[in-house]
Amino acid sequence: MSDIALIVLGSSVAAIIGIALGVMLPALAMGKAINSALEALSRQPESEKAVMRTLFIGMAMIESLAIYCLVIILIVLFRNPLLEYIVK
Amino acid sequence: MEQDISFNLGPLSIGLSLLTTWGIMLIVTAAAWLSTRHLELIPGSVQTLVEGIVVAIDEAILAVAPQHGRQILPFIATLWLFLVVANLVGLIPGLHSPTRDLSVTTALAVLVFFSVHWFGIKTLGLKKYLRHYLTPSPILLPFHIISEFTRTLALAIRLFGNMMSLEMAAMLIMMVAGFLAPIPILMLHIIEALVQAYIFGMLALIYLAGAMQSQQLNAQE
Repeated sequence: MSDIALIVLGSSVAAIIGIALGVMLPALAMGKAINSALEALSRQPESEKAVMRTLFIGMAMIESLAIYCLVIILIVLFRNPLLEYIVK
Repeated sequence: MEQDISFNLGPLSIGLSLLTTWGIMLIVTAAAWLSTRHLELIPGSVQTLVEGIVVAIDEAILAVAPQHGRQILPFIATLWLFLVVANLVGLIPGLHSPTRDLSVTTALAVLVFFSVHWFGIKTLGLKKYLRHYLTPSPILLPFHIISEFTRTLALAIRLFGNMMSLEMAAMLIMMVAGFLAPIPILMLHIIEALVQAYIFGMLALIYLAGAMQSQQLNAQE
């Protein structure tokens, strides 16, 4: 197999495994966060504002992990810095 | 992805996202100026809308920072208003959200980074502000400094990644499924644009309040 084919194969496989893991694990974390927020809400409905605010911010934090994965994967797929060594 | 129309103004090159940003600034400023010209005691419909927006922002800020809320309200409110408009502008055909450009979100995050220090120093003076880097123990100094930079980076990357990935998802679905198919994704775009604007402003608010309030606690000791 030529070098370029190896790079393409490697980065596609890495991208797909990466996005799969990078979506799966934040999804689990989000489920956990929503779960405990709902439990807190059903126990103390009057604390809705504080719980919702914290939940939103926590979800944004968790979600940005998935976004970091996406950004790295887009770099690997479209702007692979390692290609320079082969194409030169 | 990068078909920015850009022209040169001396040594500077002006990109599409900068032009869109200027347009948004112009429109939001004009709307704010026009809507506050003839304020009356019994508000008309426009004034009611504007007052509703301002009161909602005011309440949200005072809930997080009760003591210093009024001081940071102009900055946070500007961020919120600008980001809502900037994120939603991507839905207009022919225009792109300026926030899907990493340079724009980085500029906003750098603004937040500097204003944290500005408001922190202004509230309690340079000495006490710098001392909070040494609390609870001087060993944590490098971690304080690292966290200053990583949270700024995270702020920029989060907004950029969300907006860019949404536009990209709509484009990919249009390529795969054809015309009108990406409409559900565009509906998600509306929600996501509002949520991301809220999150960005809220995190900026929490960073600012954190810098100002930790000083307050130190002062009381």
